[in-house]
Amino acid sequence: MSRVLLFLLGLLAASAFAQDTKKEIQKYQQMIAEGSPVELFELEGEALWKKPQGPRNASLEKCDLGQGPGVLKGAYARLPRYFKDADRVMDLETRLLHCMTTLQGRSRDEATKRVFGNENQPSEMEYLSAYIAAQSRGMKLAAGSSHPKEKEAYELGRALFFHRAGGWDMSCASCHGEENKRIRMQDLPVLSKKEYARPIVATWPAYRVSNSQFKTMQWRINDCYRQMRYPEPNFASDATIALNVYLTVTAAGEPYRGPGTKR
Amino acid sequence: MRLLLPLLLLAAPAAAQDVQKVLQRDFHARGQATMDRVVQDGLQRVCTESNDRPPAALAKQLEADQLKTISFPQGSLMGDWKSGERIAQNGRGLQWTDPAGSTGGGSCYNCHQLSPQEASHGTLGPSLLRFGATRGNGPDMQRYVYGKIYNAKAYNLCSQMPRLGYTGTLTPEQIKDLVALLLDPASPVNK
Repeated sequence: MSRVLLFLLGLLAASAFAQDTKKEIQKYQQMIAEGSPVELFELEGEALWKKPQGPRNASLEKCDLGQGPGVLKGAYARLPRYFKDADRVMDLETRLLHCMTTLQGRSRDEATKRVFGNENQPSEMEYLSAYIAAQSRGMKLAAGSSHPKEKEAYELGRALFFHRAGGWDMSCASCHGEENKRIRMQDLPVLSKKEYARPIVATWPAYRVSNSQFKTMQWRINDCYRQMRYPEPNFASDATIALNVYLTVTAAGEPYRGPGTKR
Repeated sequence: MRLLLPLLLLAAPAAAQDVQKVLQRDFHARGQATMDRVVQDGLQRVCTESNDRPPAALAKQLEADQLKTISFPQGSLMGDWKSGERIAQNGRGLQWTDPAGSTGGGSCYNCHQLSPQEASHGTLGPSLLRFGATRGNGPDMQRYVYGKIYNAKAYNLCSQMPRLGYTGTLTPEQIKDLVALLLDPASPVNK
């Protein structure tokens, strides 16, 4: 992996002008996508989906992600959405957690003990997300937006996006609110606008080359709040789901092409 | 109509105070990132509710309140620019992953161009290249730069720049070193 980073550094050093740098970064992104290990995460996720676990020694194969028990094709592209059995809007990870507790009989504490993995040991949620998201490739993003609770989540997500608080007075829009801005060398998408939200949402969850980890949307939101100097959002909380609804509804119509590969 | 009305109310835009209640319910303290951080202070509330465009008179009044939070050290406000460069590079501090009481940095390069040697700089804030060379480095300019870093909101209420001194992210000594990075003629910023 360090060879790839050295290559990038070399490219950066070789490019005197910002425009050249941008082109070289695009070349680099194309290169890392071609050598991505995303498929390995999908395979491991499939094994976990089918593996009997928990007090009921049940697999997740009967888990209903919105398209019927066990139907995976196109399910991710229609999340987050309202689920009648839980009377709640849920994103992928929240729904998986629901299935772990109801179908497998696992406790919430046990199932959420380690939701974010690391380089040496990815988490169960990360593997499962890779497997399930991959089965929506080519399908248009169509998160739920018609049920009153879906509308309520969208409005809450939008308000959260522009809400300024935390140790550094930040909202999501502090970084993702203006066009053509960067943090260090990283371009910042204006996620309240569909032309920016579409390519981003369509490639999460994603493998991150810089730290060799597979990352989910729940992690993405969590780590933004860490850097915004907030306390930590609860995993699968309504606030995190609402933000996910806001972003995914804003990106509606984009063909899903993840799991992606990021810098 | 009677049935529809509550549904419409549910989907109405969420007010800042309601969002705050959601944050208090759905977030938890971790490390030094305590829950008091989701309780908005006056300017966070005003900037949220006005989309960062507060009424001029109110902004002036709240900026004056913020100015009162700055205590300017006695004597020269110019520290060591070399130390300032390290502080500008350092993006740690105040996060739940940073040990409480540890010395953080200013995260300056996340948003600003400073020394020309550092190509990896953000653009959320204005370029500060040649800041001192073009604006001078007299006592008034030193005082302005110190104050701006200590509490950016005293000069522009809804600025996106953190209040680095007021929040305890940086110590007065660290802020003096950043003043030197921006104003010292020997600093690479001004070369």
